[in-house]
Amino acid sequence: MTLETYFDYVIFPILALAVLIVFIRLYKGPNIPDRIIALDLIITIGIAMVTAFSIRSGKALFLDVAMIFALIAFLGTIALSFYLYKSRQS
Amino acid sequence: MMEILIVVLSTLGAIIILIAAIGILRMPDFYLRLSVTVKAATLGVGIFLLCAAMEFPFTEVPIKSLAIIFFLLMTSPVAAHMIGRRAFRSNIPMWKDTWVDELEETYQQNSNSSINHGQSPQEDQKYRT
Repeated sequence: MTLETYFDYVIFPILALAVLIVFIRLYKGPNIPDRIIALDLIITIGIAMVTAFSIRSGKALFLDVAMIFALIAFLGTIALSFYLYKSRQS
Repeated sequence: MMEILIVVLSTLGAIIILIAAIGILRMPDFYLRLSVTVKAATLGVGIFLLCAAMEFPFTEVPIKSLAIIFFLLMTSPVAAHMIGRRAFRSNIPMWKDTWVDELEETYQQNSNSSINHGQSPQEDQKYRT
């Protein structure tokens, strides 16, 4: 079994299952902060998936995408918490 | 040899991320979910990036993946702190068995004496639309 088939048949299904489980919480989530951290976790798992795909396909270029994902996750969480702050005040 | 190490470490990272996902589904209230999410997911992604650094040695990839790890370690606690603070301020309920709430007295004192929560009145005035 090569590294590529191991990644295809073991690592990616585990990560996809994780995204699916987090999506249940994003759908159910009783409050807005639950949904925000579920989105944040989905993007973080997305970084892991992009990195795993970079290892599997042997192309190092995909790590730039992972870096942009890390930036967007931080900015999104900060912006949404600022939105909560503003909406509580008004 | 290196391939075996990559397989072991990536399996570990995937299982840690799966544990974080199960934790966010099963934990009873928001604050426990937050604590599970940030730590476990950051550790799992960091292990994946270490695997990428091992897969492509002697290129620019190890520096890049170390930069992403550093960036994640710097930003995710800040984001978690901000969202947890906002949730506490907007009275997201805690689990019924949580019995330590160290900020409760400060919070009530602040709301009684009309001092704004942790922010100066000028700053609060500035953000008020």
